[in-house]
Amino acid sequence: MGSVSAGDTGFVLLSSALVMFMTPGVAFFYAGMVRSKNVLNTIMLSFAVLGTVSVLWSLVGYSLAFGPDWGGMIGNLSWVGLAGVEQTPNADYAGTIPHLAFAVFQGMFAAITPALITGALVDRVRFKPFLAFVVLWSLLVYSPVAHWVWGAGGWIRAVGALDFAGGTVVHVNAAAAALAGALVLGKRRGLGTEELVPHNLPITVLGAAMLWFGWFGFNAGSALSANGLAASAFVVTNLAAAAAAVAWMGLEWLHRGQPTTLGAATGCVAGLVAITPASGFVSPMPALVIGSLAGAICYGAVILKWRLGYDDALDVVGVHGAGGVVGALLTGVFSSTLVNPAGADGLLFGHPERVLAQLVAVVAPLAFSFVCSYLLFSLVDTFWGLRVSHEEEETGLDLTQHNEVGYNI
Amino acid sequence: MRKIEAIIKPFKLDEVKEALRRVGVQGLTVSEVRGFGRQRGHKEVYRGAEYEVDFVPKLKLEIVTSETQTEEVVEAILNSARTGSIGDGKVFVYPLEEVIRIRTGERGPDAL
Repeated sequence: MGSVSAGDTGFVLLSSALVMFMTPGVAFFYAGMVRSKNVLNTIMLSFAVLGTVSVLWSLVGYSLAFGPDWGGMIGNLSWVGLAGVEQTPNADYAGTIPHLAFAVFQGMFAAITPALITGALVDRVRFKPFLAFVVLWSLLVYSPVAHWVWGAGGWIRAVGALDFAGGTVVHVNAAAAALAGALVLGKRRGLGTEELVPHNLPITVLGAAMLWFGWFGFNAGSALSANGLAASAFVVTNLAAAAAAVAWMGLEWLHRGQPTTLGAATGCVAGLVAITPASGFVSPMPALVIGSLAGAICYGAVILKWRLGYDDALDVVGVHGAGGVVGALLTGVFSSTLVNPAGADGLLFGHPERVLAQLVAVVAPLAFSFVCSYLLFSLVDTFWGLRVSHEEEETGLDLTQHNEVGYNI
Repeated sequence: MRKIEAIIKPFKLDEVKEALRRVGVQGLTVSEVRGFGRQRGHKEVYRGAEYEVDFVPKLKLEIVTSETQTEEVVEAILNSARTGSIGDGKVFVYPLEEVIRIRTGERGPDAL
C-alpha cells in the first residue's frame, strides 16, 4: 500500500469540487433553453440528481461500480456505506491519494451523468417518477457500465479500450438513456406549431462556461495525480473546446448567415464531450482536429434530429451522443504512448485495431444503456405515469411540480 | 375628451415622447406588447433550426386629451413614429366618457 501524496491529493480533491460544479452548470445550460414557465423545474431536475446520486453513491453505488469484481460485470457489495473505503490509498485505482478522494471524485461523475439525461425530458416529465428513474438507473445502469470500463476486473477495461475521463461511461451512456426517455415520453406539446424557443440564453452561456471550467477537473483530474499527464489533459481539453466552439460558429455562419451565441456555447460543450475519452492519450494538435470535427459533426447531428422524428428537446443525443461516439473513435486514431505510456498506440501510430476496440467500448454501453433505460422509463411510466397532464404542461412545470415560479416580476 | 392608443416601434419611444411633450401632453402610459400586423413576425435561429416568431415586440402608448387637442397629438405621433418602412404601427382614437383624478376627486377636463 503506497503512501499518500499531498500534491496529488490536493489536486484530486480540487478536481472533485470542479466536477461537482458541472452539475449546476448543466442545470443552467439547459434552463436557459426552455420556456420561462419551466425554468425552475429544469434546474431542479439536475440539482435533485446531484443530491440523490451523491447519497446513493455512498450507500451502494460506489461499491457496485468499483467494489471487488464479480465476473467482470459489476462490483460486489463489500464497500456498501463506504465500508473499507479509507484514508489510505487503494492501489487498484490510485496509489497516491486516499481511497476516499477517489470515491468522491468518481461520485461527482456518477452525479452529473443522469443530469445530462434531463435535457431530453424537459418541459413534460413528472418529477416523482423521474426521481424514481434516477435511483434505478444510477444503480442498474451507471454503476455496471462504470465497472465495465474502469472497475478493477471490468470486461471493457480488459479488452484494452481507452476511455480516459468517461466519454462512454458518462456521455454515450447518458445520450442512449436520453434517447430512450424521449421515445417513451413523446414529443413536447406544441412542437412545430408554437414557438418553443429559449427564454434566457445568457444563463445558458453561463452554464456552458461553468461546464468548460469544471471540465478541467473532469479530464485533468482523471490523471489522479498532479503530474505531466494532468497538464497534457488540461491543455487538450481547452483546445478541443475552443476548436469546437469556433467550428460550430463558423459552420452556422455559413449555413444560416449569422453566428449565434447558443451555437458557440453548444459547440464548446460538443468539443469537451469529444475530448473526454481522448484527453489522457492525445497530444495538442490532434485535440484541435478532434474538437473541430466534433463541432462540425454535432452541428449536423443536431439538425438531423428534425428528420428522425424524436423530440430530444435539448439535443442530448446530438451533442453528448454524437460527440461521445466521435471522441471515442478518434481516441483510437490519435492515441499515443508518447503522451501516456499506460495508454496504447492508435491508428496513426500503426495500430488500426485500436479503432475496433474503441467501437466495442462504445457500442456495448450504448446498447446496454438504451435497452435498460427504455425498460426503466417504461416501468416508472406504467406505475406512476412519466408525463404530466395536458393542463400541467400548458401551465408549466414550475408551478405544477414545485408550487413556485422562476420569475416574479 | 379622447383616448389615443398608439402602437409604435420600441426604438421610437424617445422621439415620440419628446414630440408629445412639445405639444403639451402632460402624461402618458407605456406598455410592452407583442402582436402582428402586415409586418408579420421575424425569423430566429437556434442550433441551426429556423423558428418563425409571429409576434413582434411593440410599445403601446395611451394618452388622454381634450377634443380640441386631439388632432395635434395624433399629428405629433405620426410625425415622430414614422420610419416609412412596414411595421411602424397604428394610432387608434376613442371617445372617452369620464376621467377622475383619484387624489382630489376632480372629474372631466379638470382631471387631465
